[in-house]
Amino acid sequence: MPESITRSPNAVDNPYADPAARRALTDGIAAEPGVAKPDPILVVDNIVRKFGGMTAVDVDHLEVQKGIITALIGPNGAGKTTFFNLITGFDRPTSAPTRFKRPENAATWSFEGSELGSTSASNVARAGMVRTFQLTKSLNRMTVMENMMLGAREQSGENLLTCWLRPTWAKEEREAEAKAKELLARFKLLRKKDDYAGSLSGGQRKLLEMARALMTDPTMIMLDEPMAGVNPALTQSLLGHIQSLRDEGTTVLFVEHDMHMVRHISDWVVVMAEGRVIAEGRAEVVMSDPAVIDAYLGAHHDTDLGDETLQEDTVAPQPTSEENPT
Amino acid sequence: MTNVTENATEPDFQDDGLEADHTEIAEERARRQRRALIATAAVVIGFAVMWIVATTMSGTIPSIFASVLRSAIEPQTAAVAIAVIGLNIHFGFTGLLNIGQAGFMLLGAYGFAIAITRDVPLLFAVLIGLAAASAFALLLGLPTLKLRGDYLAIVTISAAEIIRYVGRLSQLTPVTGGSQGLPGSQYRDPFVNLSFFGDGTTTIGPFSYQNTGVNGWWIRFVAWLLVGICCVLVYFLVRSPWGRLLRGIREDEEAMRSLGKNVFAVKMQALVIGGALGALGGIMYVLPSSVQADSMGRTLTFFIWTALLLGGAATIFGPVLGTILFFSVRILIRGITGAVVPPEILNTQQSDQFSWVVVGVILMLLVIFRPQGILGNKRELQFNA
Repeated sequence: MPESITRSPNAVDNPYADPAARRALTDGIAAEPGVAKPDPILVVDNIVRKFGGMTAVDVDHLEVQKGIITALIGPNGAGKTTFFNLITGFDRPTSAPTRFKRPENAATWSFEGSELGSTSASNVARAGMVRTFQLTKSLNRMTVMENMMLGAREQSGENLLTCWLRPTWAKEEREAEAKAKELLARFKLLRKKDDYAGSLSGGQRKLLEMARALMTDPTMIMLDEPMAGVNPALTQSLLGHIQSLRDEGTTVLFVEHDMHMVRHISDWVVVMAEGRVIAEGRAEVVMSDPAVIDAYLGAHHDTDLGDETLQEDTVAPQPTSEENPT
Repeated sequence: MTNVTENATEPDFQDDGLEADHTEIAEERARRQRRALIATAAVVIGFAVMWIVATTMSGTIPSIFASVLRSAIEPQTAAVAIAVIGLNIHFGFTGLLNIGQAGFMLLGAYGFAIAITRDVPLLFAVLIGLAAASAFALLLGLPTLKLRGDYLAIVTISAAEIIRYVGRLSQLTPVTGGSQGLPGSQYRDPFVNLSFFGDGTTTIGPFSYQNTGVNGWWIRFVAWLLVGICCVLVYFLVRSPWGRLLRGIREDEEAMRSLGKNVFAVKMQALVIGGALGALGGIMYVLPSSVQADSMGRTLTFFIWTALLLGGAATIFGPVLGTILFFSVRILIRGITGAVVPPEILNTQQSDQFSWVVVGVILMLLVIFRPQGILGNKRELQFNA
């Protein structure tokens, strides 16, 4: 794994790069749902999303601490992906204030202190909160490299008025390309750079999507099941990448069913069930919480999952991995 | 951004198999270019053979060939080619389903012709035509571009019909000429007067036209020059990062949103540019004839679509090749049918209709066996988006 990792321009020396500092931080936070964090990057209040009569998401209060890796776990149908969609602007909460009416307990959510209530998905991404999708959205009939280049921010060549003047954007393009190559090398996709994204396997598309999201230099990256369909050896190196992202100052929030991964890399775990946040805390604390075991893990989760000795055993079957035909 | 490249150590390029992959990809690309070149060369050689036959021999077949060649360089063929280039921006690059390109053409033609009859200078009249189509694109785009693609298709096809019906309204006869339309003599003069080709008639091979005239060399020169300019314009647009945005939107809008791109604005830009090209095509279409609402209806829209699919969507030169072939091959089929089949079986009118049937069958075969068109890239069509 190349350790020369592209540092994004907004990368800061993260005080939480030090495990002891993270330990001290999480020790200072009570393990209860909706607890306040010392330095939250994302704060959400009263997010409710109803589909007809069914309430998919009903989160009273949640804070995501800056600079650490937060995992969002929960059973299928718990509303994790819907929650992602809501805070990234791909969906609107039922409780969101409209132009004409501001309901009592209106949904509010803010990212780095600025309100996101009426921000479009593209503006949320531009603000620095970038997501990936559970069902991968690779741009199939474009090459891997073109996919990556679309991630680069603020390209003057994307302006209609100047795009036909090649000299105005040629330099930016070269820089973005160099960066894209580095990221592709990191995700073992470099030799595929001129292939169409549609010819990649499911797992490779997943990697491509993550690499493309990193092209935008996000302050916070939200990964929706990043490991589903990725082979065990690559999972290991991806875990390393995610940790090094954190160490460079990017906040990570991810949804995952693989308890190995959750336990291994997350500094904080949020558990959702039936749309609500039912528990929060460090992985080992949350996983021994009877409510979590009851709602999600099941009584026998410790017998085959989360065992430290199994972490080396990379060929162990991953219960949530999707089999990819390619 | 700058420190990224400076501080970056060379990434690990020594991935095994890298070299092999690159040569494979390069070969594949070369093969595709060769195939496109062969297809283009075949068309050019075909036309050259027809040219030689038409000029050196006499009889039915040479005269059919001559009429095929004449239809290939017809100004209206060029006009449709411009509209196809516009539709290519919509559908080929951005994935917008515009089923009303003829409406954009008609609006451009009306804007231009009505402005000229009101004594507006030529250049401004053209701009009015383009502006009318751009405003139309904005109007259609505002409510529909945030919705799924199908809605744009529904709205464009019906809006184009509305334009046509409004143009035909008898109450509007003083403005649009109603169902009779505006005769070319009312708006043609400023354009014809610009000609520096002089008077007289020039004959080149099978082509014999007046130098200027109503439908002579001048309009052919301008129309095909515009086709060339439009191709260059599209080349510069789609090879830029902006063009990459278009293709990204064609593939997946949500992914583009998640990367912080303003999808709505880019789609609107594409819709307006393609619509304005449609209007330009419409202006060229009516210059040698007249503005008649019914000549720019659904049928023309479907011709435009056929020409685009024939030439190859998402290519630069495909629309032009597709349009030329679409119009000339039909004339060829009609001519040969007329010459071979005795008039008791198919009279002239029926062989004309027969030629449309054959064009339809050819289109079906094309979609089954070569869905990417003549110049298109099959791999761009292969994967289900």
